[in-house]
Amino acid sequence: MDEITSTRHNPGLDPAMHIWGWEIPVYLFLGGLVAGLMVLAGYHILKARGQQERAAYPYAPMLGIILLSLGMNALFLDLANKINVWRLYLTFEPTSPMSWGSWILMLVYPALIAAAVLHPPERVPFGNRLLALVRTWSAWMQARPRLVQGIGIANLAGGIALGIYTGILLGAFGARPLWNSAILGPLFLFSGLSTAAALMHLLSMISQKGGASFADATLAGVFRLLNPDRGGHVMVRADASFLTIELGIIILWLIGLLTATAVHHQAAALLLGGPYTAAFWGGVIIAGILVPLVLQYLELAGRIRHTAIPAILVLIGGFVLRLVLVSAGQASHWS
Amino acid sequence: MARLAMVIDTKLCVGCADCVVACKTENDVPEGFCRDWIVEQVQGTYPTPRLEIRSERCNHCESPPCVGCCPTGASHVHDYGGVVLVDHDKCIGCKACLAACPYDARYVHPKGHVDKCTFCIHRVEKGQLPACVSVCPTRCMHFGDVDDPESEVAKLLRSRPHHDLLPSAGTGPRVFYLT
Repeated sequence: MDEITSTRHNPGLDPAMHIWGWEIPVYLFLGGLVAGLMVLAGYHILKARGQQERAAYPYAPMLGIILLSLGMNALFLDLANKINVWRLYLTFEPTSPMSWGSWILMLVYPALIAAAVLHPPERVPFGNRLLALVRTWSAWMQARPRLVQGIGIANLAGGIALGIYTGILLGAFGARPLWNSAILGPLFLFSGLSTAAALMHLLSMISQKGGASFADATLAGVFRLLNPDRGGHVMVRADASFLTIELGIIILWLIGLLTATAVHHQAAALLLGGPYTAAFWGGVIIAGILVPLVLQYLELAGRIRHTAIPAILVLIGGFVLRLVLVSAGQASHWS
Repeated sequence: MARLAMVIDTKLCVGCADCVVACKTENDVPEGFCRDWIVEQVQGTYPTPRLEIRSERCNHCESPPCVGCCPTGASHVHDYGGVVLVDHDKCIGCKACLAACPYDARYVHPKGHVDKCTFCIHRVEKGQLPACVSVCPTRCMHFGDVDDPESEVAKLLRSRPHHDLLPSAGTGPRVFYLT
């Protein structure tokens, strides 16, 4: 036997660590989503150099600003000592992912705002007078190709940094074996890209204006691999296989845990038969990845009607991924 | 530079929790929380099980993961003795250090900042022992500079078998348990 009895009963730590509730998963989900939106927007700004009409993502940066602000509010709500939040911006701690993140968040706002001004939407629910003013700035910016290129690169780079950081934030905690993998960075980036593509698809369905089909954006790459003649547009193909790549990264992450030490095996067991199994396999893998992929395949093959269901499932799956990871990670430990 | 460490003789510790009470009194630890605690670990099989009673706390690690992850520099290594401390005025309560600590030695104080054992640095800098060490009725707790070969803790670590907690975590704890 090996039995431990402790007199420690500190709130939030005993009997099991639970220091982060709903706020952190919401922040990580919205941060990843905005990262994906920035990458999509940046990519399309660069792709549409000199051809504004091809940049079919006018809502993405504006939506990004709103969603990122909501995410940062969730993060603020989680802080136990809110009055000191300004301390984040009095220092830069190079070994702290959270310090990197707080500065990255400050740097992505200007990139998002510049992208929003560069391609303003044709109409907005309110503020049309302001929109007219924005259009004059937009015309000024679009007359300067190097500036447009810079905004595209800033969004692309900022989006990648933001997306990877949300995963590294958890991956850097060596004391929590479930999280302690650098692969969480790419996982959260590709999950953010898939949820951003899903959101853009939903928006394009609502607005009936432009926007790449989400089905195209998620399966064209797979089609291209299976049958090059039936492949989608090369540019779409680059966006395409986010969900497939995300699934591949999840498998690699689980392999990494299962081939590591005993504490990593115990951490993996939380998802493989433990208390988080149903949420992980049901909510993330099946409902969030496999079912959308199958539905999109059937849609593209013309066997079922095109609907918003895959996009909605991907968004739900993206949130459940963060929820499960944050909760299960806290339950994993070294001892 | 001094490297302060604590050495606890598990052959003498009876788990009376005087160290816990002394710490709570000395440091005004809020009700329902503790900076140090008693652990009883039973290993082996009947009729030869082995019982170890330990007084545990922050290990003031050589490579403290709680310091590296702090986004504001609130968690830091003190100039004297390499003691790991939290500057309450800089702490934003993000709880990253709680997630980073493999010993779960930190907690969020009801006032919002993170709190933990300080090795009673306010006493040590005046030449006194930490409160927990000073009250131990079995004198199982020892404190001093492990870099000083003449110190009591250095001599004990040289002469007695000992272990630290979760060596595989690689943090280099500076609380040692004599066995």
